[in-house]
Amino acid sequence: MAINTEYLKAQRNEPWREELRKSTKNKERADIPRVKMPELNAEYRSKNYEEVNLGLSLDQALLEAKRCLDCPDPQCMTGCPVEINIPKFIKNIERNEILEAAKTLKETSALPAVCGRVCPQEKQCESKCIHLKMKKEAVAIGYLERFASDYERESGSISVPELAKSNGIKIAVVGSGPAGLSFAGDMAKYGYDVTVFEALHEIGGVLKYGIPEFRLPNDIVDVEIDILQKMGVKFITNCIVGKTISYEDLQEEGFKAIFVASGAGLPNFMNIPGENLSGVLSSNEYLTRVNLMSANKEESDTPVFFGKNVAVVGGGNTAMDSVRTARRLGAEKAMIVYRRSEEEMPARLEEVKHAKEEGVIFMNLNNPIEYIGDDKGRVKQMVVQKMELGEPDASGRRKPVEILGATETIDVDMVVVAIGVSPNPLIPSAFEGLNVSKWGTIIVNQDTLQTDLPDVFAGGDIVRGGATVILAMGDGRKAAAAMHKALTEK
Amino acid sequence: MNKIVKKEVLSQNVVKLEVEAPLIAKSRKAGHFVIVKLGKYGERIPLTIAGADTNKGTIDLVIQNVGKSSKKICELNEGDFITDLVGPLGKATHIENFGTVVCACGGVGTAPMLPIIEAMKKAGNKVITVQAARTKELIILEDEIKKYSDEVVIMTDDGSYGNKGLVTNGIEDVINREKVDLCVTIGPAVMMKFVSLLTQKYNIPTVASLNTIMVDGTGMCGACRVTVGGKTKFVCVDGPEFDAHQVDFDEMMMRLNSYKDFE
Ligand SMILES: Cc1cc2nc3c(=O)[nH]c(=O)nc-3n(C[C@H](O)[C@H](O)[C@H](O)COP(=O)(O)OP(=O)(O)OC[C@H]3O[C@@H](n4cnc5c(N)ncnc54)[C@H](O)[C@@H]3O)c2cc1C
Ligand SMILES: Cc1cc2nc3c(=O)[nH]c(=O)nc-3n(C[C@H](O)[C@H](O)[C@H](O)COP(=O)(O)OP(=O)(O)OC[C@H]3O[C@@H](n4cnc5c(N)ncnc54)[C@H](O)[C@@H]3O)c2cc1C
Ligand code: SF4
Ligand code: FES
Repeated sequence: MAINTEYLKAQRNEPWREELRKSTKNKERADIPRVKMPELNAEYRSKNYEEVNLGLSLDQALLEAKRCLDCPDPQCMTGCPVEINIPKFIKNIERNEILEAAKTLKETSALPAVCGRVCPQEKQCESKCIHLKMKKEAVAIGYLERFASDYERESGSISVPELAKSNGIKIAVVGSGPAGLSFAGDMAKYGYDVTVFEALHEIGGVLKYGIPEFRLPNDIVDVEIDILQKMGVKFITNCIVGKTISYEDLQEEGFKAIFVASGAGLPNFMNIPGENLSGVLSSNEYLTRVNLMSANKEESDTPVFFGKNVAVVGGGNTAMDSVRTARRLGAEKAMIVYRRSEEEMPARLEEVKHAKEEGVIFMNLNNPIEYIGDDKGRVKQMVVQKMELGEPDASGRRKPVEILGATETIDVDMVVVAIGVSPNPLIPSAFEGLNVSKWGTIIVNQDTLQTDLPDVFAGGDIVRGGATVILAMGDGRKAAAAMHKALTEK
Repeated sequence: MNKIVKKEVLSQNVVKLEVEAPLIAKSRKAGHFVIVKLGKYGERIPLTIAGADTNKGTIDLVIQNVGKSSKKICELNEGDFITDLVGPLGKATHIENFGTVVCACGGVGTAPMLPIIEAMKKAGNKVITVQAARTKELIILEDEIKKYSDEVVIMTDDGSYGNKGLVTNGIEDVINREKVDLCVTIGPAVMMKFVSLLTQKYNIPTVASLNTIMVDGTGMCGACRVTVGGKTKFVCVDGPEFDAHQVDFDEMMMRLNSYKDFE
């Protein structure tokens, strides 16, 4: 997606932007310290499911917005996979036109309230911020994004995007995660008749069943889904494409094209002894029981383990979510066991920090090699291999290598395996002629996201393997634009 | 929301529900199952599709009341709705003309066996069904089974009906009498374990339909994993049917009890 520099320049040259720029000196802006996100007390929050981050106050947001220098060539935008017009939305906050800021976000993002909460900002937009070059902290773009969309939602005047005149063309979407939702939104805007099919009983994909409510409340996701419904997008839950209805059924029912956004839902295991003991489970099982099935609530029929000594294997967001969930469900000792060092953990920095504050124990440079069970077949111990950092590998990261003979046996009564997911194989196996890579991801044309079946496009984790919310959304938008083009050129 | 159009009580603990689900009725095959969830806080539980009527657009579910969630489903009545129902899930049974097939079922396992018996018969097999239960009152679906079986052997633990003895006694009698080319078994895990041990002794290929704990039923959570031939498999997508002689039944039984202390 090329950013239209002319358009950006024109917007930047608008009188109000110029005036705002002149109102405060750059040096003065740069000297404002970065805002701190208010959050719940760690002791308190580690026992409940309330959202940890409380959001910025209006005053905080106005001040933080002032830090942004409104660069002529804003690099932050190149770090955002959907190219949100970052200076424009931030400057709108600075002049206290928050609803305008929210509108700006929606020009390119279908789920700003979600991204403002879960994007790995320090690796995306904020990593490119000019302040970093000046050895200052980046503008808190993610916090401001969250602020603007929360403000709009709470104001009760959420705008429903304008729609093109209906063209009556039926489009099917497989999966209701961020890729599917953002695709559906854009296609509805173009005037298509969009139906989203979802295998589970809830809409939202990983946003609902994976990411816990203390990080992303389900209500926030539901508001966004509501807007899509108001835009005419239809949702059919409990329907598995490839099982309940086939590719051929969809074609017969008149769907002119299909967007596959079925995610990477298959949990990986390590295939080590004892991994099938009871008490050893995947992060998907653990998080689904709690987030989707409310197993932590009294009213729920779904049971969940309440481990006292819980080890979570892995170093990504999923691992952090699992270990913090375990703390909230009463674990006295909740541990992260990860084979690399802390610097190499793929999780968002903020979540690592939050986990630490909540009393999570980090056992880096440890790799599980065996689980030991009691006489009832329940896990009671795990053996870990001690690791050290060796030479850098192809990825530039220093490779963890075993320290010969150094192992440790740790008491555990529950283990959550969070070492990644693989693409869901259901769709590739049910759509004849759809080609996949050796990792099982669907092969697409990088520019159009079209698959080898001309009427099928694909995006999100099913194409990338486990990635991020915003990348999945970016794919949704890209596929929508390409599909729209393909259908109108026909 | 799927409407219950008919309810039948098969035994004191087992009911049969005919449920509206036209898409599933159309696409299901023998061996497939569905996931059912009742109410906002309901659990997702797997149930085999025991039959279907494509004209009416309905499927049959046969449910044994064993715990909290199955009890809630058993208590539903005609006209009530199932909140969420998704399927068909799992791989369909591999059906071909094997020759003589023994279908060994126990308890509620008899219901999922029904479509298999029918499909095996239609594929030209000689079908001998051995149905077992603790006592006479627990024998279900006898007439339905007879319809497609060449022979039905009924076994009760207490001898109150059919022959006295375990399911394995019934199978062994058949084996001693004639050549058996395939055995299919569905029932409680212990039962399938002993059926498997028996047929292994006689080198008879055996398929078991496993009933592990499930959450999503689509290969996403791994709750349903079992060890088959030393490898980890997911029952919901790789199964539910596996080569019984390769299944680690002891591990499976242990995992079935995983959540006992937490409910
Ligand atoms: C616990 C956890 C925490 C994470 N934290 C972060 C984070 O902080 N920041 C971040 O950016 N990313 C995070 N991620 C990654 C991010 O959630 C994913 O990259 C993103 O959700 C992928 O979106 P998607 O739309 O491709 O797929 P998904 O969100 O996986 O959605 C796919 C949907 O398709 C449905 N489906 C699958 N097959 C079918 C079918 N055949 N028919 C109908 N429906 C089907 C599935 O049920 C699912 O609802 C996290 C992931 C997990 C698991
Ligand atoms: C593919 C498949 C098909 C099935 N088909 C049928 C069917 O057609 N009819 C039917 O009545 N049941 C069937 N089952 C079993 C059914 O899903 C369970 O009986 C049900 O989930 C138990 O839920 P509950 O809450 O009532 O019992 P719980 O209170 O959860 O458990 C009661 C007892 O049952 C055991 N248990 C828990 N879950 C299962 C399970 N999935 N399978 C076996 N035992 C379990 C527990 O260890 C416990 O001892 C099937 C299971 C699978 C995996
Ligand atoms: S969507 Fe994500 S990457 Fe883009 S600006 Fe917002 S926080 Fe940054
Ligand atoms: S039930 Fe979740 S993977 Fe099989």
